[in-house]
Amino acid sequence: MKNSQETNTDTISEEKYTSEVLIDIKNLKKSFGRLEVLKDISLKLRNGENLVVLGKSGSGKSVLIKCIVRLLNPDGGSINLLGKEVNSIKGKELSEIREKIGFLFQSGALYDSMTVKQNLEFPLVRIKKDLKEAEINKKINEVLENVGLADVLEKMPSELSGGMRKRISLARSIILDPVIMLYDEPTTGLDPVTSDEISELINSVQKKYKTSSIIITHDIACVRITADRIIMLHEGHVYAEGTLAEFEASDDPLIMSFFK
Amino acid sequence: MKKLKILNLKKAQSLATAHSIKLSEDTLDQKERANGFFQEVGDMALFIKQIFKETFSRNFEFKEFLRQCYEIGNKSLPLIIITGTIMGLVLTIQSRPAMAKFGAVTMLPGMVAVSLIREIGPIITALICAGKIGSGMGAELGSMKVTEQIDAMEVSATNPIRYLVVTRVLAATLMLPILVLFADAFGFIGSWIGVNIKGDVSLVLYIFQAFGSITFLDFFPALVKTFLFGAVIGIVGCYKGFTAGRGTESVGKAANAAVVLSSLLIIIVDMIAVQITDMLS
Repeated sequence: MKNSQETNTDTISEEKYTSEVLIDIKNLKKSFGRLEVLKDISLKLRNGENLVVLGKSGSGKSVLIKCIVRLLNPDGGSINLLGKEVNSIKGKELSEIREKIGFLFQSGALYDSMTVKQNLEFPLVRIKKDLKEAEINKKINEVLENVGLADVLEKMPSELSGGMRKRISLARSIILDPVIMLYDEPTTGLDPVTSDEISELINSVQKKYKTSSIIITHDIACVRITADRIIMLHEGHVYAEGTLAEFEASDDPLIMSFFK
Repeated sequence: MKKLKILNLKKAQSLATAHSIKLSEDTLDQKERANGFFQEVGDMALFIKQIFKETFSRNFEFKEFLRQCYEIGNKSLPLIIITGTIMGLVLTIQSRPAMAKFGAVTMLPGMVAVSLIREIGPIITALICAGKIGSGMGAELGSMKVTEQIDAMEVSATNPIRYLVVTRVLAATLMLPILVLFADAFGFIGSWIGVNIKGDVSLVLYIFQAFGSITFLDFFPALVKTFLFGAVIGIVGCYKGFTAGRGTESVGKAANAAVVLSSLLIIIVDMIAVQITDMLS
């Protein structure tokens, strides 16, 4: 296992993913007033991998991925996303790069006033404007099938269970065929069985859509199912980095408190 | 004795220090409050600038704009009709004794018409819409903010200002004058009923008397200010929803602040509009 200064990931199997770096974060800093949430974060996401970011509540995990898509503006450091410096782009260029990223929000963030179908076609009709209705319907059915749901098209989000909302939200995130998936606590608020189903779904989406993912979580069951590599955040820094096996074998008290 | 003096001096010093700390804290509080006020004014100015920018950009969300027009216009109509009718009725009943004292009961339709068109119709409709539409916008957008729906929209490469705010502000700006016209029309009907409680005036005669008293200068400035009232309701409702904090409590606060601020601004805009109209006429 590496400490915070060593970001080299050469201990991980090279079979699953290539060395191409899709996200390269260096010395990221973010504060809210006097509260420094991210003090100095550096990490890389490589093509094809599932990178789990682990940490206690309030350790800045969600802030980190919101900085990646510029929902929050970092105070310092750099984020290179698919070859572009996120902090220096705006307008159309930022929209174009966001189209390549799927974001699953902790709450699902389905639009309450729209049906499932309207939720799914919302990004599609705005970004792929030349698609015909038959093609849109085909794409919607395809993503619904991939998340294991059918016959919910005309339902409102309020009529769905927590697990179903997560699946629909995931379907909406993958409908634009993203290159990178960002999951913000995908299993929070779900029962253990549904949590495992969602975690399996993350792996299945990765295989089908060839995505690379950053998964923010503190759910160890989810970590065990999805993680290729793990980074632990603590007090605004990268506390530890390594594989699942290395984390499970660690005798560090903080890491053990998660994996016991 | 000497010791007592020293003790008193120490006590006075500590009291002075405590007092000075309290004054410093009060000053800081006042400074923070002042900063907060100016920051909010600045933020709202930037928000309005963004609305203007997105209004004239390409990819206008026409379908959503029509939906908002329906939500704001059609769904507020029953409330406006009821209020308008009662407004006209009450105004007529209340004014009748005073008019009767001067033997000017026949001027009642004209007086009520001028009051409704120039002031009561626009201001009452705007205040009702500030409560209904403004709070709805504040609560809906606030709730979308809290549940990360606005973030989700932004991440799906859709500009939330263009989709959520511009459509609502334009719909409110366009629908409010129409609602005011309905309120005025039903106010006339209410007033006609009021006149007929103690008299006998046909609807045709009533309308002839009422419209005979109204000039273009009564109608046009009132119409212009209703567009401004609509814009105020839309902008304030959306701004308060859009800047809601985290947590469900902030949704209620956003809705409440939207109503309070838009009502206050409507009255201020009305005061300015009346002054300008008075100067011009």
